[in-house]
Amino acid sequence: MLEIQGLTKRFGGLTAVRDVTTTFEKNRINAIIGPNGAGKTTFFNLVSGYHKPTTGRIIFDGQDVTGLRPDQVATLGVARTFQSTTLFDKATVLDNLIVGHRLRTTSTFWDVVLNTRRLKEDEHRCRAKAEEVLDFVGLSSVAHHLAADISQEERKRVAFALALATDPKIVLLDEPAGGVNPEETLGLAELIRKMIRKGLTVCLIEHKMDMIMSLADKIVVLDHGEMIAEGTPAQIRSDQRVIEAYLGADYAAA
Amino acid sequence: MMSKTWQKPLLAVLLALAIIFPMFAANDYYIYVMSLAYIMAIAAVGLNLILGYTGQLNLAHAGFMAIGAYTVGILTVDYGVPYWVAFVIAGLLSAVIGFFAGLLSLRLKGHFFSIFTLCVGFMIYLIIEKWDTLTHGTVGIIDIPAPTGIGPIRFDNTWSQYYLVLFFLVVSLWLMSRIVHSLLGRAFIAIRNGEDLAETLGINLMRTKVLAFVLSTFYAGMAGALYAGFVRFIGPAMALESHTFDMIAFILVGGIGTLFGPLLGAILLTWLTQSLQFLQDFRMIVFGPLLILLVMYFPQGLIGYWRERQARRAAASMQDRRLQRSVIGSQQEVGTNA
Repeated sequence: MLEIQGLTKRFGGLTAVRDVTTTFEKNRINAIIGPNGAGKTTFFNLVSGYHKPTTGRIIFDGQDVTGLRPDQVATLGVARTFQSTTLFDKATVLDNLIVGHRLRTTSTFWDVVLNTRRLKEDEHRCRAKAEEVLDFVGLSSVAHHLAADISQEERKRVAFALALATDPKIVLLDEPAGGVNPEETLGLAELIRKMIRKGLTVCLIEHKMDMIMSLADKIVVLDHGEMIAEGTPAQIRSDQRVIEAYLGADYAAA
Repeated sequence: MMSKTWQKPLLAVLLALAIIFPMFAANDYYIYVMSLAYIMAIAAVGLNLILGYTGQLNLAHAGFMAIGAYTVGILTVDYGVPYWVAFVIAGLLSAVIGFFAGLLSLRLKGHFFSIFTLCVGFMIYLIIEKWDTLTHGTVGIIDIPAPTGIGPIRFDNTWSQYYLVLFFLVVSLWLMSRIVHSLLGRAFIAIRNGEDLAETLGINLMRTKVLAFVLSTFYAGMAGALYAGFVRFIGPAMALESHTFDMIAFILVGGIGTLFGPLLGAILLTWLTQSLQFLQDFRMIVFGPLLILLVMYFPQGLIGYWRERQARRAAASMQDRRLQRSVIGSQQEVGTNA
């Protein structure tokens, strides 16, 4: 599904990601873990087109997407969420989601001026999609609330919904459970499983190890930009380098 | 999202008021001032598209209005081109120059974009001021003909010109309403909310921003063309950034990112300026504190404040209805949310 070959990103003298080679299988939950500053978010930025890699290639669905713009990558089916989602607080949750499906529509400025049928159909489709994804993430009940008034956990779900509205094949989630309580974390983990059941592929960055260990099919560990290990949760838990760099002795014993 | 049932009647009443305004105006001068406010409103509506909806502060807006005005001035006075032909060319030329200026300046983001456009505006001013042979330099262009009549309608007096300007104002607002309430408008708003997120949603940043920029300069050009035919004298100073700041003040007072905000601001501030005329330059002593108070207590502008209250009330009533309905099914709902 997603193949990373020798990916390197240097910012001046700093190498944020160094020669990472890995693959993410279709319809699996892949996790990227590592200490702060390990290059996890930079890795996402490379895959989603925000940064151009210094060297290396990114193959998505058999197609070389290295160096494409973020909007082009999104159109090919790569969606992502950010650590914090900037919503338009003065509009309703549903209103915020409608634009998410815009990339699958074709109406232009002239359709707007002439108010053509194509525009109406496109707008209808976007609204239907927004309702569909809102229902999928379990937020239909707050559809008409102002975005300013929803909780942190609901905000996370709206971010998922926005990503899903683009009709993606793979969803990159940057700390989906950051800043929410343990109970809500379980709910979000369940939502991620639901995305897999729907046929999606998920790749997430997360610091909550309990969540990762029970959720992920594959874990990639980054440290100082380098991939120090990859494998199943069981393999990662017993990997000596990972324990030293990140997990600590306590976790290995547990 | 808003209670739309009384929105249309309200608009009809406002339009009716605008139509009967000249009959109640004490003298022609009031009609003249109101027409001028409408022209400035058209320009401000355009600026609001790039500033209020797309989130890019373009400080060259007055420059593009000057391009529109000078196109009409030069073509009608020096080349004898009919007013309406010059009028159309003015809009198109502003948009074409806007396209290239946008392509260049939108490579920059945030404050850098604003500073760059400040320079673009000043370059437009300098070109107008220094290129005597084309623009008449510091003297300006005088005796610009009034818009020629269409059929039996003539535009040679203040009354008829008032209605002409009102017509274009209504068309401007109608078109802007179409734009900002469409999917395209949602793309503009998404860019304002966060460029990174908008790009992730597959919105081509450059293309969408350039489109907003070109549309806004088209509005500026049209407003400038109307201005030239209405005031019938233009000078290079109209391209200065201080006029852009006037328009920004209109937008801030009325409501940034709202359809009618620029119009309300243009009317209010124009009349306020008029009524403080006796204070001459000291009027700024009244003006400044008023603006500060407004920004402190109504940061979203007057219409923005009102809209927010409306939206909150609508959301609250939705919630109430839902609560009543879900008393029985509450267990179920909790189940699906977990």
